[in-house]
Amino acid sequence: MTSLTAERIVRTESEKGRFYVGKKRRQLLMNTFAYLVLGLGGIATLVPFYWMVASSLKSLGEIYQFPPTLLPSTLHFENYILAWRIIPFATFFRNTAYISLSVTLGQLFTCSLAGYAFARLRFPGRDRIFLLYLSTMMVPFSVVMIPLYILMRNLGWIDSHLALIVPGLVSVFGTFLMRQFFSTIPKELEDAARIDGCSFFRLYWTIMLPISKPAVATLGILTFMNTWNDFLWPLIVISTIPHKTLPLGLLMLLEQQAIKTPWHMVMAAGTFSILPILVVFTLGQKYYVQGIVTSGLKGSA
Amino acid sequence: MSAITASDPGPVLPRRRGALAEFKRAFTALQREETISGYLFILPNLLGFLAFTIFPLLFAFSITFTEWDLSKAPQFNGLQNYAALFKDDLFWKALGKSFYYTFGAVPAGIFLAFCLALLLNQKIKGVVLFRTIYFLPQVTLVVASAMVWNWLYQPDFGLLNFLLGLVGIQGPRWIYSTAWAMPAAIIYCNWMGIPPSSLILLAGLQGIPGELYEAAEIDGAGSFGRLRYVTLPLMTPSLFFVMVISLIGAMQTFSQFYVLTQGGPARATTTLTLYIYQLAFSWFKMGYASTVAAVLFLILLILTLIQWRVAHRWVYGFSE
Repeated sequence: MTSLTAERIVRTESEKGRFYVGKKRRQLLMNTFAYLVLGLGGIATLVPFYWMVASSLKSLGEIYQFPPTLLPSTLHFENYILAWRIIPFATFFRNTAYISLSVTLGQLFTCSLAGYAFARLRFPGRDRIFLLYLSTMMVPFSVVMIPLYILMRNLGWIDSHLALIVPGLVSVFGTFLMRQFFSTIPKELEDAARIDGCSFFRLYWTIMLPISKPAVATLGILTFMNTWNDFLWPLIVISTIPHKTLPLGLLMLLEQQAIKTPWHMVMAAGTFSILPILVVFTLGQKYYVQGIVTSGLKGSA
Repeated sequence: MSAITASDPGPVLPRRRGALAEFKRAFTALQREETISGYLFILPNLLGFLAFTIFPLLFAFSITFTEWDLSKAPQFNGLQNYAALFKDDLFWKALGKSFYYTFGAVPAGIFLAFCLALLLNQKIKGVVLFRTIYFLPQVTLVVASAMVWNWLYQPDFGLLNFLLGLVGIQGPRWIYSTAWAMPAAIIYCNWMGIPPSSLILLAGLQGIPGELYEAAEIDGAGSFGRLRYVTLPLMTPSLFFVMVISLIGAMQTFSQFYVLTQGGPARATTTLTLYIYQLAFSWFKMGYASTVAAVLFLILLILTLIQWRVAHRWVYGFSE
């Protein structure tokens, strides 16, 4: 007869099979199993990264060695300096940084403003306009990229950073995220402010915005990282070297034909290219993860 | 254009119905302030949206009826682009590759993501550490990670074949073989894509109330029974969400393929998006490229619609 407490199901001796394991021990087994699998999976996930860093410190000859060596025989730190100089990475970093920052700030501003309006202000056509926004979320980028390119061409923005920044200042997804967030804020807060004679803009600026810090942080981190990593659109619009972004610069090193692919430099370049983003990610991890969970978006195309 | 002229000393309501007067009559002053603020607030956003989303969308549709190589004005050619689709071998091949990739990567990916989520849900310490590690592939530049994987996949001196050789397996030529290139790409993309999916699923798992598990236990369910009767049914909404999102994303994958294999060898990994890019920016056939893109859009719509329709049969709490 089993005891009916929710805490422990006690089985009598006759009900225990030969392999019966007590509840506490079962939990311990599960945990150990989980640790084991997660640990192995973690190691497997990190292998490519380890390989990149290890290769970046080897000499070119050693990279080609077979069977491959696990650790570099001597540490060639000069690979990093060589890689930095052979291609103007400083320019690429600068470009990418300021483009990512501009787009992020711009999006935060336009999307939070509009998100608040869609969520809380009443004006004719509000819901219909928002529905229009939603309906475009499913449109693949491939459809839009061609006319957008032609538009950039007609505006004379090809190969300039304007083409990368201006279209990115507005985001349907960002607006959607902010609206969702603002619709969860209690109305009493606004009513109180309005009764005290607050204008809508002041309401937005001094009350709503500070409250929305988590949502702003989430959108900010997501946008910053997606813009930094963006590949397809810069590939389409940027053609000359001084304007290239970091992904394009790295690709350039990989694709150049003049000398045989300098893998040691390529690996070094890869390593220092991903460092800034790793730092940003580690710092803002909580918000980035939250952004992914809410949106389901997985990086840029 | 106010109907109240300076010389009119008369009634409160204007006689002539100008637009402004209509506005002033229909809304109170407070409502007017709200309406104007509303429009002003969405203005920057709306302008960008119209200029960079709606306008290109309509423009793209109109381009599909032309032949345009950008060196001269577009030539209207009716439905010729659409007719050409049927005879275009490259298109059908690319479509096949897209489906191959999508249905090869997504189901396995979701399954593994689910397992990962289950593991992460055990009350173990260091979840943050694991999360950081598992997310690294997703946040690194695709160019960087594809580059490393390209190296790992090298048949003669890559790490992967070396490890396979250790256990006595002769590794295939991976990205240099038409048969193995797509599987290679699938593995790489799942390395990147599984952790984010698993986090979405983890959030779903954490939303399941503990009392349900206890109730199941009381009724005699073992671990597997709990999984089958409590976890899985209640996870169907999250699974559905991940499935829809993953399918849409998978059909649009670009940069991974571009850097890892450049669509090769012999177009073995040229998916629809790569084909569209090639048509538009290598061969400058804007009209035809837009047509293929429109077809991609249509496919995505149909796929999503199908999933939506079937959803009420298996997704918990989904009402049509």
